[in-house]
Amino acid sequence: MQLLRTFLMRLATTAVTLAGVAIIVFFVIRVVPGNPIAMMLPPGATEADVARLTALYGLDKSIPSQFLIWVQGVLGGDFGTSITTRQPVLDLVLGRLPATLELSIMALVIAVILGGAAALIGTRGRGTRREGAIDVANGMALSVPDFLWGLILILLFGVLWPVFHISGRVTPSLELPFTTGFYLFESLARLRFDLWLDIVSHMLLPALALCIPLAAIIGQLLKQSLKETMHLDYVTLSRTKGYGENHVILREALPNAVLPTLTLVGVQFTFLIGGTVIIERLFSYEGLGNLAIDAVINRDLPLIQGIVLLFAAIFTGVNLLVDLTYAALNPRLRHG
Amino acid sequence: MPFLQVSNLSLRIIGETPRLLRSVSLSVGAGEVRALVGESGAGKSMIGKAILGILPRAVEVVEGEVWLDGQNLLAMPPMARRRIIGAKAALIPQDPLTALNPSRRIGPQITDRLVHILGWDRARAESRALALLEEVQITDPARVMRAYPHELSGGMRQRILIASAFAAEPKLIVADEPTTALDVTVQKQILRLIKGMQERHGTALLFVTHDLGVVSKVCQSLSVLYAGMVVEDAPVRDFFAAPRHAYSRALLAATPKYTDPEGSLTPVPQTVMDAVRAEVAAADGVWHG
Amino acid sequence: MVDLTDGRGRVRRRAGVRLWLSGLWLGLLVVVALLAPWIAPKDPLAQDLFLGRLPPFWVAGSEPGYWLGTDSLGRDVLSRIMHGARIALLVALIAGTVTGLLGATLGLLAGFLRGWVDVVISRMIDIWMAFPPVLFSILLIAVLGPGLTSIIIAIVVIDWTRFARVIRAEAMAQGAMDYVASSRVAGRGRLGTMVEEILPNVLPTIVVLLTLEMGIAVIVEAILSFVNLSISTDDPTWGGMIAEGRSAIHQSWWVLVFPLATLFLTVLSFSQLGEGLKDRFDPVLR
Repeated sequence: MQLLRTFLMRLATTAVTLAGVAIIVFFVIRVVPGNPIAMMLPPGATEADVARLTALYGLDKSIPSQFLIWVQGVLGGDFGTSITTRQPVLDLVLGRLPATLELSIMALVIAVILGGAAALIGTRGRGTRREGAIDVANGMALSVPDFLWGLILILLFGVLWPVFHISGRVTPSLELPFTTGFYLFESLARLRFDLWLDIVSHMLLPALALCIPLAAIIGQLLKQSLKETMHLDYVTLSRTKGYGENHVILREALPNAVLPTLTLVGVQFTFLIGGTVIIERLFSYEGLGNLAIDAVINRDLPLIQGIVLLFAAIFTGVNLLVDLTYAALNPRLRHG
Repeated sequence: MPFLQVSNLSLRIIGETPRLLRSVSLSVGAGEVRALVGESGAGKSMIGKAILGILPRAVEVVEGEVWLDGQNLLAMPPMARRRIIGAKAALIPQDPLTALNPSRRIGPQITDRLVHILGWDRARAESRALALLEEVQITDPARVMRAYPHELSGGMRQRILIASAFAAEPKLIVADEPTTALDVTVQKQILRLIKGMQERHGTALLFVTHDLGVVSKVCQSLSVLYAGMVVEDAPVRDFFAAPRHAYSRALLAATPKYTDPEGSLTPVPQTVMDAVRAEVAAADGVWHG
Repeated sequence: MVDLTDGRGRVRRRAGVRLWLSGLWLGLLVVVALLAPWIAPKDPLAQDLFLGRLPPFWVAGSEPGYWLGTDSLGRDVLSRIMHGARIALLVALIAGTVTGLLGATLGLLAGFLRGWVDVVISRMIDIWMAFPPVLFSILLIAVLGPGLTSIIIAIVVIDWTRFARVIRAEAMAQGAMDYVASSRVAGRGRLGTMVEEILPNVLPTIVVLLTLEMGIAVIVEAILSFVNLSISTDDPTWGGMIAEGRSAIHQSWWVLVFPLATLFLTVLSFSQLGEGLKDRFDPVLR
């Protein structure tokens, strides 16, 4: 009951947030200078041609009525037509979404592994040099954003020691048998390990760049709450039961220390997804972020709207998911 | 040799000179119930922690030995020590509200030591846990096994912790002020429960408390701790008849008479405290407390 | 039970070194930025196609006077980095300060006045948090047109929430304390109490956030230059240099490495300075 009420409340605020995002984006981009229609037409097009096309895209109407038309379309699943490619925005966006999702999820997984390992090693060696080293590494990782880590990784593993690909999503000469956009998962499902390795080799550096700040945050927060948990009575009691320190940390302390970390990781994961925009650009990775920057440069209004709204939906969706997971994992809330 | 023998144990906070415990010696024989009495800050909990190998990381053993069932615990590698302690000793903690893991169900918290350390199969461990919960007078033990700690009252949780302490049939249980955090009405039941369990299982008990009234009801012998030193070690009967040490006499006078709970309270007189402090300082030379 | 074995002395000393090193680098950068027109060895805009892609001085094929080499158009990398520092620091200073002023004011108002003010500002923060910040900034630059002012406006518009969120929470915590109530009882008005009682207590946090924000502003400027939306492409910006270096990475690594290293150290310094100040201000956090 409690869970359902939390869910409905959060759903309502999410809807308000998304509506706010939609309104802001819609009106902000209507102020964009430069006529996007004129950019589409070949040189020598007449005034009448421009007017006709402007009317076709509905850009001749007043901004509020354009908004109403757009909202009607969105509610019916129609996000408009891209001005540059003349394809439906929804198709374009959904076509690129899997690439960005795969990248974000891969980065998240790496971040959890790296950050979790750092936290556990730091807790195991608390008070020693090892914890100090982990603190310094975490501090460095947090001080510098993903954009710079990406460039450094390109230098290290693309130029100095070229073991990974530094641009694209897959080697262009390879034949792709895929029917979905989820290359990483589909190559595994089809047991095409050669393709899978090629894709991983393309994704690893951007994913690492994206995950470094998040990994550091997980490492820091989880270590801190682990250390606090290690002083609690039930942990001490489990030591008297004959368990080793590793068991005590993993079985007794970790499940309770994870909860406070989880909420913050949720927010940080949305930052990670936001980071895909520039990281995809940096690694020429064919995802939503790259599409978004192109759309802005080309003044492709319907496409920009669609992408920003999708990003906002993902952000709020992740936050909603985290809140629900938190409620579901915490037995005190669940039975409260 | 008694089942538990602590000899000349001295502890201090790492890097600091004053000692938390100074050459403490005490013993608990098989099946004996010994009280460890002292005011808060006297170091009585530290003795229990040192025996069970759960001293805070900031505290180190300066010297001394802890013998459990003929083995010198402090001379062993840490993991072997934990195994021995886990198999032969157990703790009844002070605060039942914080001593159960909030994210795990009750059942596994009682059986985990049986399954993981003693290698029992799960079904046997669970039926053992059910029997123990019944023994500590919990109604509907099957339901309690599946519950989370926050669904149960403080008294229930203390019963569970007692059952859990007896799960592996330890030869020694350290009870660290097990009733202090409970309601006065529940305290008496819990005491009776611990005493009954101890008698039925024949377990030795080191009962850490500041309550002399409890001592007179439950224990056979007692050690009085003051400022990190054992100032008196006597059978309970002798102690209440004629405490030998000045601090013990003062402590006894400050306790409501167990025969006369309504009687007047006499605080420990300042002169006695000063005298004891001077004595302690003379014995050690570094105490500034 | 407190962990006393942490070796607090060591941590303290490390924090001190951190503050000094980052302060030293930023100080150096300020001096270079101020004196760039006089101390830069070459004109940062001068192109010379015959001197294109010269390597730095220790590599064979370098030309004297071009210490860190040249880019594909023959522009001196060192001079461009020096002049780039002017733009980076200008953006950091102005954008950081304005963002801090706006965000802290809104945060204070929301956290102290509560009520509908808080509702409106909190909802705005929620909406802002739903935007991917990089995309948002690119979008704003597209709307505002390229240029230094646009970058500064974009940073302020996007990042005020960083201040607002933290200061709001702090103001709420401070507002619940007794001394605030007693100030109110003493007859001071709401705004008076806010400025005289709450503000001094959240000021250290504002200073820390400000330092961090300056580092972020430098990065945002670099990112926008990187996607070619900053000020004109000729102007020597670190991000623009990095973008060129990235595209010619296999021909002339130095065009990427030197501006990247400069940017890295600068961002690291701002952030370490902020963290160091946080430790200094907050006695609870060791």
